[in-house]
Amino acid sequence: MTRLWNKYRYLFFRRFTQIGLLVLYFGANAWGWTLLMGNLSASSILGIVPLSDPFAGLQMLVAGAVMATDLLVGMLIVTVFYLVIGGRAFCSWVCPINIITDAAALLRRKLGIDAIAKRQPASRNMRYWVLALSLVLSFILGITAFEFISPISMLHRGIVFGLGFGWAAMLIIFIFDLFVLKNGWCGHVCPLGGFYSLVGKTSLIKVQHTVENCTACMKCKAVCPESQVLHMINKQSLAVLSGECTNCARCIEVCDDDALGFSLRKFAKIKKRESNNESNK
Amino acid sequence: MSDRRKFILNMARGIGITALGGFVWSAYVEEAIASPLLLRPPGAIKEVDFLKTCIKCGLCVEACPYDTLLLAKPGDNKPLGTPYFIPREIPCYMCPDIPCVPVCPTGALDESSVTTNGELDINVAQMGVAVVDDSSCIAFWGIQCDACYRACPLLGEAISIVYEKNERTGKHAFMKPIVHTDICTGCGLCEKACVTEKAAIFVLPREVALGRAGDYYIKGWDKEDDKRVKNAHAIKTKTRLSKENALDSLNDSGDLY
Repeated sequence: MTRLWNKYRYLFFRRFTQIGLLVLYFGANAWGWTLLMGNLSASSILGIVPLSDPFAGLQMLVAGAVMATDLLVGMLIVTVFYLVIGGRAFCSWVCPINIITDAAALLRRKLGIDAIAKRQPASRNMRYWVLALSLVLSFILGITAFEFISPISMLHRGIVFGLGFGWAAMLIIFIFDLFVLKNGWCGHVCPLGGFYSLVGKTSLIKVQHTVENCTACMKCKAVCPESQVLHMINKQSLAVLSGECTNCARCIEVCDDDALGFSLRKFAKIKKRESNNESNK
Repeated sequence: MSDRRKFILNMARGIGITALGGFVWSAYVEEAIASPLLLRPPGAIKEVDFLKTCIKCGLCVEACPYDTLLLAKPGDNKPLGTPYFIPREIPCYMCPDIPCVPVCPTGALDESSVTTNGELDINVAQMGVAVVDDSSCIAFWGIQCDACYRACPLLGEAISIVYEKNERTGKHAFMKPIVHTDICTGCGLCEKACVTEKAAIFVLPREVALGRAGDYYIKGWDKEDDKRVKNAHAIKTKTRLSKENALDSLNDSGDLY
């Protein structure tokens, strides 16, 4: 039981956060709760603190919308949180699509599709192209281009306000991730993920690798949705500094050898300096 | 292949795929926002600005105590995620405190447009305008019905009943509902109340339902309206004939006949 808890504690916390937030949002619409109203595009805590999606706000800005104060404050709060603390944690701790794509990735591993389709035919940099395209189209068309097709807001709105045909989009993402491209949506296409990859680059919470403990079992790389960020495994004691890491902590859980763990970035730097000093001696 | 060539090739591929994606994407979005017959919540700014300003959070929908407002879902064939209402199902009950407007975080619902003398005033909202189809309105047939008139929250102001002699019977009166478009807020209570199978009075967006006389036609008896004539400018039409003197054009009509 302890072992089970150790293997899945972060996953449990992530699902708890993701579903808990959904329940709060759902309750706001269905039963008039006021703790967290709105949806992931923009919300309001107790009707006082505004929160808004900084990427949606950015699209509005280039589309030429007049930016309201509440919107700017909400964007600032969210941006500062991920910039300073969370990194790309939105993707694995908040976004409801993550549950779908994680399910697809799990099934992919269980069905052995990963073992057959080893080569990934698409570049993970695609998301930055899509990000740029979102802004260009928003500018040309004068509307928030990604917000009109975003499956993230579609699903989230769907859960809170009614899904309509939105389930079809969810099914497409599931099948795409399952059969076409490993981590296809979250790891290759999603411009919001790309946006938070850029924003979260400098955040404090990072995964730290301790090479001395590593037995090169590579379980972490198999489970990681952004496996390129774990390039230091079995090579170097380094923090995962890439902004593309979603801080999902699956690597920490699957590691049997205590070679991965969360660390504050500064703490990690000091540690690194110490180990350098030791090796210099 | 050299690194430089590889890089250029990769960039070209990226641009190609992006262009293709962008084309499909923009075509889809252009199609998806083309929904002219949509009624927005009170205080909504002009549709073209609304589409870029609304962040689709649904706070207005949650604030509405009557569940009037809906968020467009996939399959509704309306701009995805934006708020609207269907008056025949649930009209806007015109709450005096307008809870849906102040909660808007982006200003897509503009408080100042529903404010008179510093206080929220739902009566100046312009969500749409009621239109009567006189061929299906039974009051125009001569049957007595004033359901819409009675339902109107601006009773006697937005809709009035005009009496007219019924020549067919010779002894009865028509009691025809007439909408005053300057007063009507487009709340849709009349559409909800209409007794016909498909409502004979219904709300349309003002842009769709109303014409515009332009500055060439003014109400000369109305001092305020008279001022508009300043905006009118002469129209100059140029044809092949206007090069010459108008009289000459009649005399040497040449190739006209």
